[in-house]
Amino acid sequence: MKTCLVVDDSRVIRKVARRVLEDIGFEIAEAADGMEALAWCRAAMPDAVLLDWNMPVMNGIDFLRQLRREPGGATPKVVFCTVENGPDHIRAAIEAGADEYIMKPFDGDIIEAKFAEAGLL
Amino acid sequence: MTPEDMDLLAALGRARAGVRVETEKPYLVESRLSPLARREGYDSIDALIAALRAKREDRLIWAVVEALCRSDTAFFRGREAFAQLRDEVLPALSHRRSEAPIRLWSAACATGQEVYSLAIAANEATTLATGTRFEFFGSDLSERSLEKAQAGIYTQFEVQRGLPIRMLIKYFENQDDTWAISPRIRQMVRWKRINLLSDLSVMGRFDVILLRGVLRNMDASLRAKVVQALVALLPADGVLALDPEDDVSEFDDVLTAAPGGAGIYLRDPSVRVAAAA
Repeated sequence: MKTCLVVDDSRVIRKVARRVLEDIGFEIAEAADGMEALAWCRAAMPDAVLLDWNMPVMNGIDFLRQLRREPGGATPKVVFCTVENGPDHIRAAIEAGADEYIMKPFDGDIIEAKFAEAGLL
Repeated sequence: MTPEDMDLLAALGRARAGVRVETEKPYLVESRLSPLARREGYDSIDALIAALRAKREDRLIWAVVEALCRSDTAFFRGREAFAQLRDEVLPALSHRRSEAPIRLWSAACATGQEVYSLAIAANEATTLATGTRFEFFGSDLSERSLEKAQAGIYTQFEVQRGLPIRMLIKYFENQDDTWAISPRIRQMVRWKRINLLSDLSVMGRFDVILLRGVLRNMDASLRAKVVQALVALLPADGVLALDPEDDVSEFDDVLTAAPGGAGIYLRDPSVRVAAAA
């Protein structure tokens, strides 16, 4: 079973995302900020990361840049999921190595479509 | 809605557009008609249908038929077909055409996502002959859909259905909460309201025709007529793109499926879809 790390400081969003992703066959781990997410990745690299941008301690873009420098950190498909919906943010995410980008608010269909786009389904 | 109302709607859909109204799904019919009823100033769908019977007004009849025919659409719907067009069909065509432009038609383009996907796919094709020109053409039964298509402005939800994020950034401009297709792409497309039951022989030649989301809801007796009319517009090396799940057994004398199962059909099976390596 493929694994997905859901990184978001909102417990509600994590819960919604977990339900959608479990329905399409992922095993889920959760992290509330980038630092916690890095710890997860160093312990067990997931197949996918669903990543919020604005979080305390370490934000999503800093996490992504760090992840891509870690051993094995090039492998996970990273899908941003954020209220930051401007072209500048999107370009920065792509440059940092994001595979896809979801603009909140999202629904289950969008997550599924974007995961398919990232080659995860 | 009474069974008689449903019969009336079914008869209108069949007669005017050849469309099979899904009378077994009243909720679907209601969801399509209720925005129209509101827009036209009726309190309910029943009031709208009563007016339809009383007035027999052509404009209102068409508004109802258009609402009933509205189809679900998304960018790059049926992704495999667009990949095959980009990587095989368009390069092959471009090397066979020297001067003439390659003409592409989305024959039920709804709110435009399909034509713009075609234009993006053509723009992303990397192995075209130098100097290849494209002409894109979008048509639909619904004037309202065409207006939106022509504007090329989509909500955040719409651009997240089927459009890869890199394509969004490359081909769209962000305006507040909406995304507008870049003028360069928009200006490549021409639009027209076309009923596929009308005489299509006046349309001229097309190299690629997309007819998707149509046949499955089309009255069985009309499917072959429409497909044959479209095939007649294709040159020998032209292709018709249908939905992969469309039943084509009625047309296998005029069409041959291209390899890949993406719903792409060849007029002449002896013409190879891919460019010679």
